[in-house]
Amino acid sequence: MFQVRIHGRGGQGVVSGAELLSVAAFIEGRYAQAFPSFGSERMGAPVMAFCRIDVREIRLREPVMAPDALIIQDPTLLHQVDLFNGLIKTGFILLNSTRSFSELGLEAFVASFRRERLCTLPATEIALKHVGRPVPNVPLLAAFAAITGQIRQESVIKAIREKFPSAIAEKNVAAAAEAFEFARKRSETADA
Amino acid sequence: MLKQTEGSHAVAEAIALCRPQVICAYPITPQTHIVEGVGEMVKDGTLVNCEFINVESEFAAMSVAIGASAAGARTYTATSSQGLLFMAEAVYNAAGLGLPIVMTIGNRAIGAPINIWNDHSDSMSMRDAGWIQLFAVTNQEALDLHIQAFRLAEELSCPVMVCMDGFILTHAYDRVDIPGQADVDAYLPPFQPRQILDPADPVTIGALVGPEAFTEVRYLGHHKQLRALSLIPKLASEFATRFGRDSGGLIREYRTEDAETIVVALGSVIGTVQDVVDELRESGERIGAISICSFRPFPVAVLREALQAAKRVVVLEKCLAVGLGGIVSDGVRKSLSGIQLKGYTVIAGLGGRAITVTSLRQLFRDAIADELEQVTFLDLNAEVVSHELEREAQARRTGPTAEAILRRMGTVASQIG
Amino acid sequence: MIEPGRTMPYSMQEVKFYQTGTFTVGNRLLDETERAVQANMQRTNSLNSGHRACQGCGEALGARYAIDAAMRATNNQIIAVNATGCLEVFSTPYPESSWQIPWIHSLFGNAAAVASGVAAALRVTGHTNTRVVAQGGDGGTTDIGFGCLSGMFERNDDVLYICYDNEAYMNTGVQRSSATPPTARTATTMAVGKEPGNVFGTGKNVPLIAMAHFIPYVATASVANLHDLEFKVTKAMSMHGARYIHIHVPCPLGWGSAPADTIKLARLAVETGLFPLFEAEDGEITGRTKIRRKAPVEDYLKLQKRFSHLFGPKPDDARLARIQANADRNIAKFGLLD
Repeated sequence: MFQVRIHGRGGQGVVSGAELLSVAAFIEGRYAQAFPSFGSERMGAPVMAFCRIDVREIRLREPVMAPDALIIQDPTLLHQVDLFNGLIKTGFILLNSTRSFSELGLEAFVASFRRERLCTLPATEIALKHVGRPVPNVPLLAAFAAITGQIRQESVIKAIREKFPSAIAEKNVAAAAEAFEFARKRSETADA
Repeated sequence: MLKQTEGSHAVAEAIALCRPQVICAYPITPQTHIVEGVGEMVKDGTLVNCEFINVESEFAAMSVAIGASAAGARTYTATSSQGLLFMAEAVYNAAGLGLPIVMTIGNRAIGAPINIWNDHSDSMSMRDAGWIQLFAVTNQEALDLHIQAFRLAEELSCPVMVCMDGFILTHAYDRVDIPGQADVDAYLPPFQPRQILDPADPVTIGALVGPEAFTEVRYLGHHKQLRALSLIPKLASEFATRFGRDSGGLIREYRTEDAETIVVALGSVIGTVQDVVDELRESGERIGAISICSFRPFPVAVLREALQAAKRVVVLEKCLAVGLGGIVSDGVRKSLSGIQLKGYTVIAGLGGRAITVTSLRQLFRDAIADELEQVTFLDLNAEVVSHELEREAQARRTGPTAEAILRRMGTVASQIG
Repeated sequence: MIEPGRTMPYSMQEVKFYQTGTFTVGNRLLDETERAVQANMQRTNSLNSGHRACQGCGEALGARYAIDAAMRATNNQIIAVNATGCLEVFSTPYPESSWQIPWIHSLFGNAAAVASGVAAALRVTGHTNTRVVAQGGDGGTTDIGFGCLSGMFERNDDVLYICYDNEAYMNTGVQRSSATPPTARTATTMAVGKEPGNVFGTGKNVPLIAMAHFIPYVATASVANLHDLEFKVTKAMSMHGARYIHIHVPCPLGWGSAPADTIKLARLAVETGLFPLFEAEDGEITGRTKIRRKAPVEDYLKLQKRFSHLFGPKPDDARLARIQANADRNIAKFGLLD
């Protein structure tokens, strides 16, 4: 089983991101469970969503306590929420930011993780460029696919086309493509 | 057809397949997505021959359902928590009148303190109203149970509530198999009411009944639930034959054949329990689990048979009989009448607190070692509790309890579990 | 003229003395079109005899007239929904029922919602000619049933709601409702203390509230004018959507009046201006019944023991004047006098 925890703020598509990921896994014939952690339904409040992927039926119903991958949609949460709680040592971190881990003051923290499993990317900027809205979930998902190899890029694209109406879908597909390339190049050069 | 979709949406599709004729509901978290889903289908024409009524309260919702059902329409509504309480009078009324209304409960805690997260206190508050209560473990079972519910309700002329954990199931994306219309039509024939308001054949429904006949009327309601004990498995079996999977029934046993310790629970937590059971089995423990699907009627006989060879039973419940302990435990105890085994009640998951593998693992180990209290509150923060008790002992005007505790716990947003 | 000794066919009756010139409600010598429903041998008797209402019960009278009129207007295609209350209790003492029509009693506060449900079921099952009437007393309508009533109005559900207003919770022992008039004695507004009986400055006018929902038809009626009552019910049944009729029905037991005075009291309530008779459509008043012979409020009040504390050796002139002022305000507001 592969477990993902997504952190962000209300309005950033955290929950939709988890759902999209689950649809992508489903498209590949696997079982997936995506669910939110609900706080107040207010724009801007910290929210979490979870996604589990497995080849067999998933029975577990607790929040993801020991994620294999973390997706952080909003860097302003870094000093507000204990984002990295439970992340396994061989875990993946995808962080939405124009800055690197060291520029964000996390150099020491990420030193103990596997370099090629970490990635910061300007997901909001990519989203704004292609979709016109600062919702970073799709680019982050594409980067997730690239870095972890848990889902294929085609599945992400199929999931996008299933979930969004066609005009928006294609814009998101473009955003995903750019993000996927960005992340792939990153992991190749193993550069933080 | 296989789909990856939100639990609420899967249930909405199942409802639509049952050809409901009147749907009425009032919004309350976490059932809203179900009703929104059906409402959209009515509005865009996907679901035809169905009246969708936006009512002004949950009390109105059940009342509209009563009128519609009495006038011969297949009727559906949904609610949770406070909403179920607000319609309580009408809930009893529907059962007393024998109207086959189907209602989804998106299980949520009842306030005060106000809480939008999952536990079973809402359904439990109506356990003796005369409704049949079925609990779903997965979203697949949730959608399947609605199809069985209409059939069950109409055959018995008894209302049925299908209970599914709020947020945990309602808002979770899962893989589900949505049946085809033809199969559902074959399983669920058109509604044939036992009683109907019809000018061509007038009847009086809802007359005053005095001491001379009230007991008999109540007894017949009781008898109906006892009949349901055989009808529920029969309909579940028919469902399995037609749709190819096990859903519903009275109880479901997991690795109980030679189990010394058996965990009993309702709803989605069984999934987590099964994972821990597997783990403990790996290390040689003889442990199993039983999920109760039909809570009303309570499956006394089959539970007795399933538990009688065990040494101990741990009832894990998401509800609390305040001042007493367990609610489900009471039913389990009744089933074990005359049988000697150790029984433990564990109150867990109240107000949406996560029930984790870590906590269950330790809990079951303690149970196996018979080192559990009679009644345990899982993951209770003893420090916070004793601090509050101390505070209250020192002064009179100590302010609202909930607020004091929250202040002590610090910001909630920074916490994960 | 019938010859003595000759047997009469059922359709003919021995003619007793009727003044053909009156609109007495039982008058069968009137033209068909002017004859009351109750004067018709073919009336449905929807609320049949044998019910347990008190002698002189205004509600039993009003309900009988209203439902039979609704039946005639719809070719006998009515389903009735009844709130808990006197009417429900006295008409259905288990194991008997005096209803000749399909009838359901659910709860105290939900008659309007249950009726909405019945109407929805009839629509969806294709029974478009079957119509729905909801009934309740003032308690079940203006207080506990208010939420559901407003919901039914707001949705414009196809229901005629009839409120039988005897100005208190009679069935439970005469407790005050929001329809109880000022100064009236009830079990929860006793005639003691500084302000005996119900106080001024409370209460609600549901017909006006109904009008504020802009529903197709709102009317007030009284058992003092049964032709008018039948006319209004008939008119209401010619329309679709949410409709409301508020009928004033004296209660001899609760009001402390003589059973034989029920119609007289109802008439005095109208003639004093305390109970205005009017109709409204889509939120605007479209008609009113003018007062023929204005009566002072005392004439009405002194026939009821629930107001007896206003009279006696030291009459409460101040409060009587306030009641009179209320009556006069109604007369002005609704244009009840020329």
